[in-house]
Amino acid sequence: MKDQKERLRRTMMFVPGNNPAMVKDAGIFGADSIMFDLEDAVSITEKDAARYLVYEALRTIDYGDSELVVRINGLDTPYYKNDIKAMVKAGVDVIRLPKVESADMMKKLEKLVAEAEKEFGIEVGTTNLMAAIESAKGVINAYEIATSSDRMIGIALSAEDYTTDMKTHRYPDGQELLYARNVILHAARAAGIAAFDTVFTNMDDEEGFYRETELIHQLGFDGKSLVNPRQIEMVNKVYEPTKKEILNAQGVIAAIAEAKRKGSGVISMNGQMVDRPVLLRAERVMSLAAAANLVDEEENYIEK
Amino acid sequence: MEIKKTAIAGTLESSDVQIMLSTGSNGFEFDLESDVAKQFGDQIKETITKVLEMYNVKNAKIKVVDKGALDLVIKARAIAAVQRALDIVDAPKWEVLK
Repeated sequence: MKDQKERLRRTMMFVPGNNPAMVKDAGIFGADSIMFDLEDAVSITEKDAARYLVYEALRTIDYGDSELVVRINGLDTPYYKNDIKAMVKAGVDVIRLPKVESADMMKKLEKLVAEAEKEFGIEVGTTNLMAAIESAKGVINAYEIATSSDRMIGIALSAEDYTTDMKTHRYPDGQELLYARNVILHAARAAGIAAFDTVFTNMDDEEGFYRETELIHQLGFDGKSLVNPRQIEMVNKVYEPTKKEILNAQGVIAAIAEAKRKGSGVISMNGQMVDRPVLLRAERVMSLAAAANLVDEEENYIEK
Repeated sequence: MEIKKTAIAGTLESSDVQIMLSTGSNGFEFDLESDVAKQFGDQIKETITKVLEMYNVKNAKIKVVDKGALDLVIKARAIAAVQRALDIVDAPKWEVLK
């Protein structure tokens, strides 16, 4: 597995956990993360069936390089304990807990995950965690949630419940989410984990989808939760670096390598100082470029 | 173990399989409906039989409507159906999951 912190997480695609056709094909769309849903997408009478379907799929199907995430049922339901056991046993990469409002909720989850790991003979600490923040209280406590466990890989904004809690709804310009987005992003960055933006559900509004994705890209989100595989390509397009950015990143990396070879401390490129943040940005550009197939194996830019 | 009640799992959607278990007294009595029964009928029955055996079920009537399900789907639906039929949904047999 790649370094958790630097792993690309542009797209996290929702897959209804009780739908065999969608579960079976989830790997073919190139999502960075696949999120099998045992919660809202599954009716109360089918919670058990969905759990075994996702279990068997995780054990059987090769989903390639995609990170495998399962959204379990909330801690206020009768289902979460069996969800946790089954998913830990299946060896899922990440368990996503919905409606998180405090670090204590994540700690409760972590305890149950550790118990399940012991029960099934899996190394304790293997299963990663993430939280979905869906309320004003969750936003206020975002940093304590983000730092609640060493297993945390990210936090996500879930805007449908959040806007309801805030006595508003979603607007095209996203002003109503500005505070929550910034708080969640800062909490994630301060904790060194990923930040995921909310879903955009109106599939007919392509312009609105691009507007929102460009905004969250500009803010600095790792990526977005998605409800439709068609949106994967659209998000990737927004996150794709330009030729200029790639060539500049290559220059930065080469200048650093050159300076290291010479043993010089301060580095400049085209008269500009190249320091650590510039290098980190360059490395991220190159990893996005590689994911978008814009560079070859030796990291040379491929002209389109 | 004896089947306590008739139970169904799965849907009639494409790529799924619906399995209904009810009490029987004569081993496993299959009633299989599938477009691929000729090629895969035995395999479908074998997958379900294996699951039932893991739960020590000896007798059952098994109605199967297959809509082109993969083996893993058949197995998952069989597990859900048998746990419902044995009334152990809330305390599943984890050792059965491989």
